[in-house]
Amino acid sequence: MKNLLSDSLVITKRQVLQLARIPELLIFSTIQPVMFVLLFRFVFGGSIATGQPGGYVQLLMPGIFVQTVAFTLAATAAGLAQDMEKGLIDRFRSLPISRGAVVIGRTFGDALLNILVLAVMAAAGFAVGWRPSSGLLRISLGFLFLFAFGYALSWIGIYVGLVVRDARVVQNVGFLVTFPMTFLSNAFAPTTGMPRALQYVAEWNPVSSMVAACRQLFGLENEFGATANSWPSQHPLETSLLYMILLMVIFIPLSVRKYANTSN
Amino acid sequence: MKTVSAEQLIKTYDKGAVRALDGLSLDVTEGTVLSVLGPNGAGKTTTVRILATLLKPDSGNAHVAGIDVIKHPDKVREIIGLSGQYAAVDETLTGWDNLVMFGRLYHLGKQPSIDRANELLERFSLTESARRPIKTYSGGMRRRLDLAASLIVQPKVLFLDEPTTGLDPRGRMEMWGVIEELVTGGVTVLLTTQYLEEADQLADEIAVIDHGTVIARGTSDALKSQVGGERLEITTEIQDLVKVQEIIAHVSGSATHLDGRTVSAPVTSGSSALIQALRALDEASIHPLDIALKRPSLDDVFLSLTGHVAEETVVEPVQKKRGERK
Repeated sequence: MKNLLSDSLVITKRQVLQLARIPELLIFSTIQPVMFVLLFRFVFGGSIATGQPGGYVQLLMPGIFVQTVAFTLAATAAGLAQDMEKGLIDRFRSLPISRGAVVIGRTFGDALLNILVLAVMAAAGFAVGWRPSSGLLRISLGFLFLFAFGYALSWIGIYVGLVVRDARVVQNVGFLVTFPMTFLSNAFAPTTGMPRALQYVAEWNPVSSMVAACRQLFGLENEFGATANSWPSQHPLETSLLYMILLMVIFIPLSVRKYANTSN
Repeated sequence: MKTVSAEQLIKTYDKGAVRALDGLSLDVTEGTVLSVLGPNGAGKTTTVRILATLLKPDSGNAHVAGIDVIKHPDKVREIIGLSGQYAAVDETLTGWDNLVMFGRLYHLGKQPSIDRANELLERFSLTESARRPIKTYSGGMRRRLDLAASLIVQPKVLFLDEPTTGLDPRGRMEMWGVIEELVTGGVTVLLTTQYLEEADQLADEIAVIDHGTVIARGTSDALKSQVGGERLEITTEIQDLVKVQEIIAHVSGSATHLDGRTVSAPVTSGSSALIQALRALDEASIHPLDIALKRPSLDDVFLSLTGHVAEETVVEPVQKKRGERK
């Protein structure tokens, strides 16, 4: 146990070194979210009437932030599956290192990447008119929420990577999960336009809670929220926290155990 | 003193449908090299994975340096090195990055990790490529780096799982040289291979396995004599064939075998039979194209033990579940 943190950090450093050795990785993992910001802002921004001072981009940015951290789940899973395929995980498992260090280290690495990506996106958003109005403290809290949500989700990625083991399959599974998860929510359009049954799904979707929470923290009314009058849509901050805790309580022990027994 | 021992290991996959190990037992004496020789699917990799704590057997015992592999895997991990087809390094990082990382994971301090990395790179002739990503390395260089990574902390026992599979002859020779050097340093080695000449070259003892169990073991010489003794073999011009057959029959005292222009027969008296045959040839003024005292090769050993040749690629049922083994 005493080496858990230091072992994990060695693994994290490995990921940082990977980014330094292949800068293209870093470039492409930031280009995609920036592209989404620009596309949604200029393709839909003009035709979605929000009644929001500052326009659609104020509602859009929290949605894209959440979508982006959710998408990194697939990258986490694919990275781990690739290490399994190449035999690197076998080597790590034959070393006298703390159980859990390899997977914990990877979640740290992905968290660092998320910080960077969020910073780049915030800058891109600012450039196209995003102006959060809630003051430095609440804005920082909003980013802390996004960061924590990304971290909680990365544990799903870890588990999927360990179970699926094939990097290409993982990529596809990742998109199959994250696309509906992010679009079946209030991230890009109000849930009021959806069929009644889907509205309930959308409002209980952790992504919706997160988006609503971020909108509140960035100083907006929760416009796309409470149509189905569900508890999550009325308490987005609390719900988001609960979801994050729940995800980690389930997936951290599950992943660590899966890692330890992965060969059997 | 047995540094590695495995008793009655059984490992099945797919709920018992595939028996990868079927009561396999083996041991390795301290400071020696045991080569586990067998075709694909014989259970070589499964054996190594159990001994290296990566896999738990369904039943059976295994000890490394007296430590129970199943009960105390953490203690075993401190004294073993693992290298080969299924243990790898990070290909996007440089050789130096990798070795320093593994040093840190062995809990060497920062500077000792760096020193050790430099030392190993030097020793395996990789200093020039130290700052290049592994993916630019040749197959042989990659294997050498992989081996170096398993030697960060001088291991008591080294497991080498098919260390030269997929290498070209030059890479293989280089790897053999490196392994031989290690063995001189006193480390106990368990090496799996499907190459008979590799086992012959590197091992003190050979365990031949097939279908998850050891079917023969002993030194290379012992295994060869188990198959049969030496044969006297003479290749000659067509016009001398009859005379040569007579000479060999006389020297050997048993029936001769003719294959093209090569006549052969089993002999028991070794080199004196060879001398006797040479004298007779000289008296008859026959100049043979080739004359040799042939000992059975490990190929012959394998064939006579298993009924099939070693290089034959047996489709391994377990490989369909490749992921399961990783």
